[in-house]
Amino acid sequence: MALVETRNVTKRFGGLQAVGHMDFVLEQGRIVSIIGPNGAGKTTFFNTLTGIYRPEEGEIIFDGHSLVGKRSDQITSLGMARTFQNIRLFGAMTVIENIIVGMHPRLNQGMVDALLRTKKFFKEEEHAHERAFELMSFVGLKEVGNELARNLPYGLQRRVEIARALASDPKLLLLDEPTAGMNPKETDAAVGLFRRLRDELGVTILLIEHSMRVVMDISERITVMDYGEKIAEGLPVEISNNPRVVEAYLGRGAAESLEQQESRNELAGTG
Amino acid sequence: MNKGMQLHLSDRLQALYTRLNQGKAPYIFSAIYLAIGTILVYISPRSLLAFLVFISSAIFIYSFRMDARYKIILAAIALLILVPIVGVRNIFYLEVIFQISVFAALALGLNIVVGFAGLLDLGYVAFYAVGAYTWAFFGSQQPFLLHEIPGTAPPGTPFFLPPNTFYLFIFIGVAAAALTGILLGTPVLRLRGDYLAIVTLGFGEVIRVLANNLDKPLNLTNGPQGITPIQRPTLPEPLLDAIRVVLNPLVGHNVSEGDFYNLFFYLAALVVILVVILVARRLDDSKIGRAWTAIREDETAAIAMGIPLVKMKLAAFACGASFAGVMGVLFAASRTFVSPESFSFMQSIGVLSMVILGGIGSIPGVIVGAAVVIILNLQILQGFSLYLSQLRQSDAVIPIINFAWKDLSTQLDPAKYQRMLFGIILILMMIYRPAGLIPAARRKRELVKEEVGVIGPDDQINGASESGNPGSDPGSEEVRHGAR
Repeated sequence: MALVETRNVTKRFGGLQAVGHMDFVLEQGRIVSIIGPNGAGKTTFFNTLTGIYRPEEGEIIFDGHSLVGKRSDQITSLGMARTFQNIRLFGAMTVIENIIVGMHPRLNQGMVDALLRTKKFFKEEEHAHERAFELMSFVGLKEVGNELARNLPYGLQRRVEIARALASDPKLLLLDEPTAGMNPKETDAAVGLFRRLRDELGVTILLIEHSMRVVMDISERITVMDYGEKIAEGLPVEISNNPRVVEAYLGRGAAESLEQQESRNELAGTG
Repeated sequence: MNKGMQLHLSDRLQALYTRLNQGKAPYIFSAIYLAIGTILVYISPRSLLAFLVFISSAIFIYSFRMDARYKIILAAIALLILVPIVGVRNIFYLEVIFQISVFAALALGLNIVVGFAGLLDLGYVAFYAVGAYTWAFFGSQQPFLLHEIPGTAPPGTPFFLPPNTFYLFIFIGVAAAALTGILLGTPVLRLRGDYLAIVTLGFGEVIRVLANNLDKPLNLTNGPQGITPIQRPTLPEPLLDAIRVVLNPLVGHNVSEGDFYNLFFYLAALVVILVVILVARRLDDSKIGRAWTAIREDETAAIAMGIPLVKMKLAAFACGASFAGVMGVLFAASRTFVSPESFSFMQSIGVLSMVILGGIGSIPGVIVGAAVVIILNLQILQGFSLYLSQLRQSDAVIPIINFAWKDLSTQLDPAKYQRMLFGIILILMMIYRPAGLIPAARRKRELVKEEVGVIGPDDQINGASESGNPGSDPGSEEVRHGAR
């Protein structure tokens, strides 16, 4: 079943077409990557999905709801959560508070509950804290719950961002370059975490990633963007051998040499 | 060298504070300190130093590690018994404390907008004006003077409403100010940072100018002359007589009705401020307060977390405005007079400086900020001015340079340098203590059910979070320093 389906989504900034005619389908329960050179429009596509930008054309269907024209917070309430390319935590809040902020759309207390400290308020707060601790132990943040988010090392901040995104019980998690700036060991741990998110929590994952090691390792399908448009789509093996993709990344010369190499291989195979 | 000595001194003060803050010592010390302060003020009602000793006892009562019940009892004795006695003896003190309460409530309201939600509001006093003019209009003869020339009232014009509707108007003032906050907020809260500050600044001026000019075509506000007289609620005469029996011998003179009104408004302000503190604390520690902090920290991330920005900002605006509204009603009644002058831009800046001075986002901080600014304004600077003018009138001469005090220019009157002094204080604060006198601390949490040991000694965690006092939580301050 398709969790996300976009048809002909186009986003322009003035005369510049950042995303053009994107047709994209994401099946439930998959881990899918979007790759492409810098400036290809990947993050803009993310921002269009999450409602930060409103596309000029096209349709976005998420879990049966049309998203175009909806505000970011409404889209989050529908079950789409995200992390940011450059980490955006609430620095002056503790890790626990960051995570509980992520639960905002799932908490029902109103101003009256907060002022009168009703039973409902205490129950919900207690539940929220328990859930925050669960999430913290799931992503491996158990010891730092009361630290201010800005005091954590980079790798842990990434984890807080993921825990915070998970706090809204999302169906779909959008990760924008989640392993950027990580060393190989941290990257492996992160990839393991992403797998567990899908396998244990059943969250569908869409990620933008530059590290080919991560992309080829984790993705079940890959979509390639260049100049705002989708240029290829398919299994990791298909993508790594696709001349258009190589061209987008390395230039025409490299693509030609790949083609030559391939034809030589074919010759060798037949001969 | 100098710096080393300073450090040394502050270390010793710190050590002294720690020693006083152990076991039974704080219980005895704070009670004795309060008693000494009271006696000093009682003996010499005009001494500024005595008043400072008296009022600073609040700091010890608040910050020492004592049983909460003991703190409440001590505070209640101080606020409900000692302050009235001392205050009626020298009515000026009651005025100072009343002003502190009014501005503390304003600062707490602004703190919600600026401190919690991070929306810089430079026209905050407009909401105060809305509250004040609401009662000023309905609680005076003004509704019958709509077609009169401003400043003239035909003799025998009755009051529009009975005086005790004041109590009802406390709530109406809250609603009116909150509604104004929402009306203003709806179009402008999409703006960020500097743009919002400019628009709110403009709004503050608009309200003041409206108050100034709405004497034509219908005379709603009586223009620059302001509305007067405004009614006060009636005080029951038998009760006053009963109180007089006790109070007269204590204060040493017959307590007049005016004194009782001062006392009444002081107590009313006290009730309001307690409610305001409660509301601010509870909202801060709830879904709404967390959403505000999130918006302050990063709007884009906040909206991606499902927080409806405009709605939450409106809530902050309405809450802050309602605190100002209630104090406006109280202010109008206590002065029996309002005029546009009381709601100038400088007032907004004054309240903002209380928030910044005390500690942006910190509830005890902004109260201390309000107290410091008011005492500085009303007492210390004016005390200096008085002292200087006395010197000027005497024949005293500064010895070596042979300078006669009476030649001193009146331009050197400290009260005239009030704003410059504030400016300097604010600059120094920003350099040396950017998080304010009592920086805001985040609440710390733990899961009590399992693994208490992992997080650490829970005493320490609880102590730091609950009291949030300057002594016990140096960590949060450091953090703040790093941030700016």
